[in-house]
Amino acid sequence: MPGGPLRATGTQHPPMTASAASTPGAGSPAEPSWARRLAAFFHRQPRAALALLLAPPLGWLLIAYLGALAILFVNAFFRIDPFTTDIVRQPGLQNFERLATTEVYRAITLRTLGIAAAVTITTAALGFPVAYYMARVASRRTRNLLVVGILLPLWASYLVKVYAWRVILAEDGILNWALAPLGLKGPGFGDVATWLVFSYLWLPYMILPIYAGLERIPSSLLEASGDLGARSWMTFRRVILPLVFPAIVAGSIFTFSLTMGDYIAPQLVSSTQFIGNVIYANVGSSGDLPFAAAFATVPVVVMIVYLLLARRLGAFDAL
Amino acid sequence: MPSGALTRIGLRVATAAVLAFIYIPLALVVLYAFNVNLVPSWPIPGLTLEWWTRALANTGVREALLSSVLAGLGATSIALLLGSLAALAVHRYRFFGREAISFLVILPIALPGIVTGIAINSAVGTLGLGLGMATVVIGHATFCVVLVYNNVIARLRRSAGSIEEASADLGADTWQTFRYITFPAMRSALLAGGLLAFALSFDEIIVTTFTRGDVQTLPIWIFNNYRLANQAPIVNVVAVIAIALSVIPVYLASRLSSDAAIAR
Repeated sequence: MPGGPLRATGTQHPPMTASAASTPGAGSPAEPSWARRLAAFFHRQPRAALALLLAPPLGWLLIAYLGALAILFVNAFFRIDPFTTDIVRQPGLQNFERLATTEVYRAITLRTLGIAAAVTITTAALGFPVAYYMARVASRRTRNLLVVGILLPLWASYLVKVYAWRVILAEDGILNWALAPLGLKGPGFGDVATWLVFSYLWLPYMILPIYAGLERIPSSLLEASGDLGARSWMTFRRVILPLVFPAIVAGSIFTFSLTMGDYIAPQLVSSTQFIGNVIYANVGSSGDLPFAAAFATVPVVVMIVYLLLARRLGAFDAL
Repeated sequence: MPSGALTRIGLRVATAAVLAFIYIPLALVVLYAFNVNLVPSWPIPGLTLEWWTRALANTGVREALLSSVLAGLGATSIALLLGSLAALAVHRYRFFGREAISFLVILPIALPGIVTGIAINSAVGTLGLGLGMATVVIGHATFCVVLVYNNVIARLRRSAGSIEEASADLGADTWQTFRYITFPAMRSALLAGGLLAFALSFDEIIVTTFTRGDVQTLPIWIFNNYRLANQAPIVNVVAVIAIALSVIPVYLASRLSSDAAIAR
């Protein structure tokens, strides 16, 4: 980086003013107070000020988060003594071997990834028209109302929303009641229910980034496309969609990650297992923590690859 | 731009349908909180307020509510401190690894919650410590930092740095500039980020499940009591209260920050 690896943006004034800032105020002819001297010290030593600012958040995330993650992944290489259920600290790959060779775990991983992908596509398909209407058609007043209307349910208790769907999809629930006159029946509990509930839960996470992405497209660009002879569909496909794609990817980070790590919704509206259910079942006194830790590496690796790809596609600027 | 009359009508219908899809299940929960019947079947036979009086008298609910508020306040305070320090550092200085900080802050919320949960669980187990309110607060604070960070850094980017320089030129030291210039500019962003952090912590269940020990937060109480048949209507009442308590802070936050982008 030019001018050394470190530069405080606040120290860019000409030398005169910089020295003026570190002299005591006009009202204090005596020795400057310790606070004032400390301020001057940090002003002259931006590196010290930066270290002081960064140490708490960085320390927290490195110790409480990455440190805990590291301990988890070390555990993934240990195994459990089948008789005492104590953790035997002899590193080996047996947990990963078990994951790769057992048919059930492969099926669970594929189901989890498949439903996560289906949920991502569904939310994008449902969310795009709403986001488009909000960003480019609705009046300012309607738009603000819609933003709050989409935002609020995002924060309404997660568990309550899953229970609501449990009640809706139940045998004597409102869905079967509404479909009965048509001679139809709801999906009941199972993978379809899981897909539906996840799509419901994460829909706002998809709508909001797409809305923000669409709003950032200048109208002049669309007018230019029209002036150059593009019909509306052409403008949509060649101008709007490429520009809003990073925002869709940004939304998909949430829909994909949240689906992949969840175990509560599948447990409540289905009897099939997700990666999270296996992990959950193996944590605790009767479980196999090393195996749970090994299985947890699957969503972590998938998400890190996903995040790196998303960053390439410019999704981080659209977050 | 596809703005033909037909497209507009189509978009309007699609938006109305999605809003109905979002709100009908929530409306049902509210309705079932007044249901005479013990089992949530449809159509409901009649309405009653009995479950409300029973829920408000339930000590388990009150204790769980208190734990949730405590965990939320603890996690929010830590997130406010850490998030604003990180935002100030990234905004003010250019340094090696600056890009990595934004990545690191997002990571706890981008990786599945179950991973954060069992990571803290296994770390505490490996170190031979105990689970409890402290570990719940640590877990929640870790994924709440990003909410404060995002709000504060967005605000710092919008506010003019020249005002801070002017303050320094006029003889104010670092503290005075922070107290009279930087902090007032950040205040509403801090409030918005803090409210969002509280709402997120208040609603969290997955990380909580693995870090709680025997602490019972409101979502955990709901989860444990839903399956008990005679508690189901009370759970619906608590659900309505939980919706209200997490939605109000978010509504206030959205009024405070003109940003639409306060998604987690």
